[in-house]
Amino acid sequence: MKMTVLKSTIAGMALVAATGAAWADKANDTLRVAFTKELENVDSYFNSSREGVVLQRAIWDGLIYRDPVTNEYHGNLATDWEWIDDTTIEFKLREGVKFHDGSDFTADDVVYTVNFVADEASGVKTQRNVNWMKSAEKIDDYTVRINLKAKFPAAIEFLSGPVSIYPSDYYAEAGPEGMGLKPVGTGPYKAVDVTPGQHFVLEKYDDYHDSPKGQPSIEHVDIRTIPDVNTQMAELFSGTLDLIWQVPADQAEKLAQMDQFTVSNESTMRVGYLAMDASGRSGETPFTDVRVRRAVNHAINRQELVDALLQGQSQVISTPCFPSQFGCDSDAAVSYDYDPEKAKELLAEAGYPDGFTTDFYAYRDRAYAEAIASYLNAVGIDTNFKMLQYSALRELNMKGETPISFQTWGSYSVNDASAMISQFFKHGSLDDARDDQTLEYLNIADSATDPEVRKENYSKAIERITEQAFWAPMFSYNTNYVSTKEVEYTPTADEVLRFTTMSWN
Amino acid sequence: MLQFILKRLGLAVLVAFTVSFISFSLLFLSGDPAAALAGETASGEDIEAVRRLYGFDRPMLVQYAEWLTAALRGDFGESYYFRLPVSSLIAERLSVTMTLGVCGITFALLTAVPLGVVAAIRPNSLVDRIALFVSVAGQAMPSFWFGLILIVVFAIQLGWLPPSGTASWEHFIMPTIVLGYYAMPAIMRLTRAGMLDVLSSDYIRTARAKGANERRVLFRHALRNAIIPVVSLAAVQMGFMLGGSIVVESIFALHGAGYLAWESIARNDLPTVQALILIFSMFYIVFTFLADVLNAWLDPRMRTG
Repeated sequence: MKMTVLKSTIAGMALVAATGAAWADKANDTLRVAFTKELENVDSYFNSSREGVVLQRAIWDGLIYRDPVTNEYHGNLATDWEWIDDTTIEFKLREGVKFHDGSDFTADDVVYTVNFVADEASGVKTQRNVNWMKSAEKIDDYTVRINLKAKFPAAIEFLSGPVSIYPSDYYAEAGPEGMGLKPVGTGPYKAVDVTPGQHFVLEKYDDYHDSPKGQPSIEHVDIRTIPDVNTQMAELFSGTLDLIWQVPADQAEKLAQMDQFTVSNESTMRVGYLAMDASGRSGETPFTDVRVRRAVNHAINRQELVDALLQGQSQVISTPCFPSQFGCDSDAAVSYDYDPEKAKELLAEAGYPDGFTTDFYAYRDRAYAEAIASYLNAVGIDTNFKMLQYSALRELNMKGETPISFQTWGSYSVNDASAMISQFFKHGSLDDARDDQTLEYLNIADSATDPEVRKENYSKAIERITEQAFWAPMFSYNTNYVSTKEVEYTPTADEVLRFTTMSWN
Repeated sequence: MLQFILKRLGLAVLVAFTVSFISFSLLFLSGDPAAALAGETASGEDIEAVRRLYGFDRPMLVQYAEWLTAALRGDFGESYYFRLPVSSLIAERLSVTMTLGVCGITFALLTAVPLGVVAAIRPNSLVDRIALFVSVAGQAMPSFWFGLILIVVFAIQLGWLPPSGTASWEHFIMPTIVLGYYAMPAIMRLTRAGMLDVLSSDYIRTARAKGANERRVLFRHALRNAIIPVVSLAAVQMGFMLGGSIVVESIFALHGAGYLAWESIARNDLPTVQALILIFSMFYIVFTFLADVLNAWLDPRMRTG
C-alpha cells in the first residue's frame, strides 16, 4: 500500500479535518506510542528488531551506559571496571539496586545472565551480541569478572548496548518465554502488560536507581502495534496516539506544516551501499575488473539521491561504515565524484565500450534502488532489476550469486567500525570481495587492545576497500519522529526511543 | 448418508494435507528460512547458527515428515518467531478474525439480500439503480482505500469511532462495514438475478393465480429457491473472510489470523504458516459442507443427489 498519491490525499483530508480534536493523554500521564512491526519476544536476547531495543533500554540496564550524545561511557549497574588482562574485565557493581520483582541485584545475576546467554545452546537469537563472552565468575557479592573468548576491544561498547542483566532466580525459572511475557529488570520502566506482538504497557519504576539514563518522568507508556502508517497518522490526528516514529519523508513533510505536531529528523547508523562481486563468486562477471567497479562508483549522483529521496539528516557516505563509529575515518576513504563521462571511459578501458547487462538485486527501498539503476543505465550498464524478499536475497548473497545488489546495514547501533566492516570483509559467507589484504588489516584492528593500532588498521582497511572499490557506499539513512506538541523529546542518532528522556510540555 | 459424509470428510482432510505439503515446499522456495528467522540485522555467521539450531540444513522432506507426525498428534509446535506455542497464538488471533468474519458476512447478507430482492421486484426502478451503483462501487473500490476513508470521516472528522484496535465492540464497526461491503455486491447481484429468474417461472404464476398473497409468494416460494446459489456463495465468501481479511486487519490494526498468516510468510515462520494453512483449508471445507447441508434443507431435490 505504498501509494504516495493516496497517502497525500489522506494526509490532505486529515489536515483539513484535524482541528480541535482532543490532544495528548497528558491528563492520565500516559504516553501512547505506535510500533509498526510485531515484536517477536520482549526478552532482548530473543529478538532482533529495533522495537526490541526500545523496550530493552526501558526495562533493563546494562553494566555500562554510553551517553548517546557525547558517546562517553558511564557506569550503570557497574560503578567501575578494569581490564585485568586482554580477555578479562573486572566490574565493581552498584549496591542497593532492586529488580522490579523486589529482589536484590548482585554478582549472582551478572554471572547467571552472562553464562546463560554465552552458551550457544541457549539459542540466543543475536549471537554476535554475546558470542564474544566465555563466562562470568563471582569474586564477591558486588565484584564480578567477565572472561572473553579472545581479545575483543569492542567489549565495552557491547556491554553498554545489547547486553542487559536479568534477575538470576526469576530467569532460571521463567526462561526466555516467561521473561518475554512478564519481563523483570532493573530499568526505569517496568512492563505491566504484554500481549505478544501487539500491546505493551510500561509503568514508571519508582525505585529506579541513580542511573546515568536519568529518572523517568512520564508515569505510563502505552505501546500498540499498528502496521499501517496511514492508520498511525489517523490515530495521531484523532488524538489517540502521542508519538509515532519511522515516518516516511513525504508524510513527515506534510505533518511538519501543521501546528499541532513536532516533527524531528535524526540520522541513523544505517548505511546504504552497492555490493559488487569482485571475486567472481557468481561466475563470469564484469565486476571482477576494478575499473568497472570504479565506474559504478563514478556513475551515481549520491548527493542528488540524498537531496531528492532520503532528505532529512541523511548524508553521502564514502566509507564502508558509519562515520561516527570508532575507527571509521572518512579521510582514509578514496572518494569517487559523480562523473558519468569518467565512468564511461573506465568501462571502455575495461573492454565494455558499449556497456553490459547485469542482474541487479534489492530487498528494500525500491525507489532508491530504481534511481540507482537509472544512473547505471545512463553510463551503459543495463540492469535486470530484481526486487526480492529479504530472506530470498540473503540466501543468494550467501551462495555468492549476486553480481551487484543494493544493500543496507544498521550495525545494530554499535558505535564501532567492527560492527560493519568486519561483518562483510573477513571472508564470511557474505563477503564478495574475499581480499586477503583487507582481512589482514581487519584481523589486527579487531583484536588489538591499543586504540591507536585499531584506528590505524581500520583506516588501512577502509583505504584498501575504497581504492579497490569493492563496494559503492551510497548514503546514510534518517528517521522521522512525529509527536503532538504536548510531548517533549529530543531524538538521538541511534534510532532508539528513550522514554526516560521524554516529558510533557 | 453418513457414509457419504465420512467419505467426503476423509477426502477433505487429504486435500488439506496436500495443500499443506505444497505450501511447505513453496515456503522453502520463497527464501532461506534461516535468513528470515535471524532477521535483517543478522550476519552470515548468525544465519548459519540459526540454520544449525533449527535443523534447516536437513532435507526438506525430513522436516515435513517431522512436522506432519507432530501435527497428526495435535502438536503444531512452537512459532519460530514468537517462541510461543502455535496453538495458543492462533487461538488468540482466530477469535478476532472469527468475530470480524461473522460480523462481516452478517452485515453483507443483511444488506445485500433485501436490496437484491427489492431490486428484482422493481427492475430498472430507482431502487434498482441505486443497488446497482452500490454494488459497482463496492466491487471497484479497494478495501484499503475504503477503510482509510471511513477512518478519516468517522474517526478523525466526526470522532465517533476509534480508528484502530480491538479494545471494544465499537472498534469492530468500521472493519465490519469494509469487509462486508466487499462481499456484498456479488451476493446482491446473485440474489437479484435469482429472484428475477424465479419470479418469471411457471410455479410463481401458478401461486399468484391461486390467490396466494404477494408476501407469501415472494418469501416462501421465490426467495427460498433464489437463495440457493447465494448460500453457496456466502459460504465461500465466509471462508475467504476468515483467511483473507489481511488488508482490513492490517489497516485497522486488528491482529487477526489473516494478518498473522501474511506476516508469518514474510518471516518464514514455518510452524505458524503450516498450522494456519491447515486451519484455513479446513474452514473452506467445513463451510462448503455446511452450505450443501443448508441447500439440501432448502431444496429437497438436492437431498437425494
